[in-house]
Amino acid sequence: MTINQSGWRPARPLEGDAEPATFTGNRALMLEEPLIFEIGSGATTGVDFDAPALPAGGLGGLLRTAPIGLPGLSEPETVRHYTRLSRQNYAIDLGLFPLGSCTMKHNPRLNERVARMPGFADLHPLTPVDACQGALAVIDQLAHWLVTLTGMHSVAMSPKAGAHGELCGILAIRAALDARGEGARKTILVPESAHGTNPATAAFAGYAVEDIPATPDGRVDTAALIARLGPDVAAVMITNPNTCGLFERDMKTISDAVHAAGAFVYCDGANFNAIVGRVRPGDLGVDAMHINLHKTFSTPHGGGGPGSGPVVFSAALSPYAPLPFVEKTADGFRLVEEETAGEHHAGSFGRMTAFHGQMGMFTRALTYILSHGADGLRQVAEDAVLNANYVLRSLQDVLDAPFAAAGPCMHEAIFSDAGLAEGVSTIDVAKALIDEGFHPMTMYFPLVVHGAMLIEPTETESKAGLDQFIGALRSVAERAKAGDPGLKTAPHHAPRRRLDETLAARRPVLVWKEPVAAAAAAE
Amino acid sequence: MSRYFTEDHEWIDVDGDIGTVGITEYAQGQLGDIVFVETPDEGRALAKGDDAAVVESVKAASDVYSPVSGTVIEGNAALADKPELVNEDAEGEGWFFKLTLSDPAELEGLMDEAKYAEFVSKL
Repeated sequence: MTINQSGWRPARPLEGDAEPATFTGNRALMLEEPLIFEIGSGATTGVDFDAPALPAGGLGGLLRTAPIGLPGLSEPETVRHYTRLSRQNYAIDLGLFPLGSCTMKHNPRLNERVARMPGFADLHPLTPVDACQGALAVIDQLAHWLVTLTGMHSVAMSPKAGAHGELCGILAIRAALDARGEGARKTILVPESAHGTNPATAAFAGYAVEDIPATPDGRVDTAALIARLGPDVAAVMITNPNTCGLFERDMKTISDAVHAAGAFVYCDGANFNAIVGRVRPGDLGVDAMHINLHKTFSTPHGGGGPGSGPVVFSAALSPYAPLPFVEKTADGFRLVEEETAGEHHAGSFGRMTAFHGQMGMFTRALTYILSHGADGLRQVAEDAVLNANYVLRSLQDVLDAPFAAAGPCMHEAIFSDAGLAEGVSTIDVAKALIDEGFHPMTMYFPLVVHGAMLIEPTETESKAGLDQFIGALRSVAERAKAGDPGLKTAPHHAPRRRLDETLAARRPVLVWKEPVAAAAAAE
Repeated sequence: MSRYFTEDHEWIDVDGDIGTVGITEYAQGQLGDIVFVETPDEGRALAKGDDAAVVESVKAASDVYSPVSGTVIEGNAALADKPELVNEDAEGEGWFFKLTLSDPAELEGLMDEAKYAEFVSKL
């Protein structure tokens, strides 16, 4: 086998516009792909069936008289269509995915193997308890890890994702307040440094939301928060580490003040991956916190799989946690549900889901935990933080880093658009990153930073991988500071150029309609 | 008729006890292309500082606060189909809503054009 040791690579076309057009519109391995409705034809079908012998009038008025309107494709046409589309996409399996706040990290293949074991994968949620003791043991063991890692009292495994977990936590707080006869507490305080879903959750659960300002160094204004506490406040929702990628150092002070005022502390644990094995939220006075298994514990998300958001509770909130849950007895595991909850769980606020949660994610998360061990999980957090700080310090000379002077960041590095040339903005930097082969970072969030660029490399990336990303972003940032007009029209090398997001939002076309001429010809 | 401004980048034109409210040229520039505006219903009572309208751009969604207390007379129906009016003419045709002022004394706490320009120059 010949190895190319010179590093020579064939030149890529710089601009599609300068290249001669091809007959097909394809450009070698970059294949154009129409909509499935435009490929398909009502005359084609993947499988040939004999015409059904319907009894005359058997369907009465229900017999279909018009074409069904589905595209007809053969199997290879269908497979090719979706494979071609997937080649125009980007995924964590293709390269670094620097979205901050979304934590796109590698999904270990061992997780997938375990999740596909028939004993787990083929279970029906209504399987009798004595026939699924292994699956219940997985739930119980994962629950034990989550409670131990967070230093909390109990866990509700059923919530299906982060925001669902937030709702679960707030409903438990509401049930606890009602049980105390303090249902009149109707306000939830949410700092500006919290996740955007927090105020939505509070409002959805029927609470009035009040913002608490952030300090210039990106943390919650502790004095303002404590000053606002009172008999109308039900809870405070804090994201820690927060959306500025910073640890809320005053967490214990805040929790003590909140408890003294008779309210509860909800912690958004979406960023737990930055502190797992280092900090136990239970020690910080947290009453409820959701854990995104699809972030901290590496189960797929972002279109790759469902989320899963178990919620850990303090002793004060545990009696109000939702059903069902798994209990270990001398005879094995049993499910505690409405019929079996009895008096020892009479305070439960109800259910979040029909069944037991995302079983497929539980097997993956437990595999991740057991394959890393306690020391490995601690290193996950340390590496994630180290990587984010490496990005922050490597780029702070070319991009404005508003919180860099305040010390190290946690899992994500944040930059603002200060210093970019007049007319060049964050979105131009993001679009130019596509040309460099990277998914853009999170843009314009958090809102407290002007033109925010939020980057979370995660522990997945090696130093070499980070260096390549840093090199790409540095080059784009230098062009942005110099006012390179080419940035305004980026991406240049993607399957599609800059999309008109304004038109897409103002006049969205969500339904394919058969072109008029074709419809007429078909009649 | 006189025009006043808030620190949250709303403007209000006052003619007798009728006020017309919108967001400033500076605000629309910061928001970028606006794709959706929700205006308040006729008859809604607003206190000064209440969430009165929502403006959504490709970058962000923001609340618009009522600069004064009063009762809504009408929302700008044209914005439902043409939210881009706010980008094109923020301080004219892109107005959000009109209201009857219940306490004209509240205007004294707002900025005039020169003061607002000075406020914006420091941002």
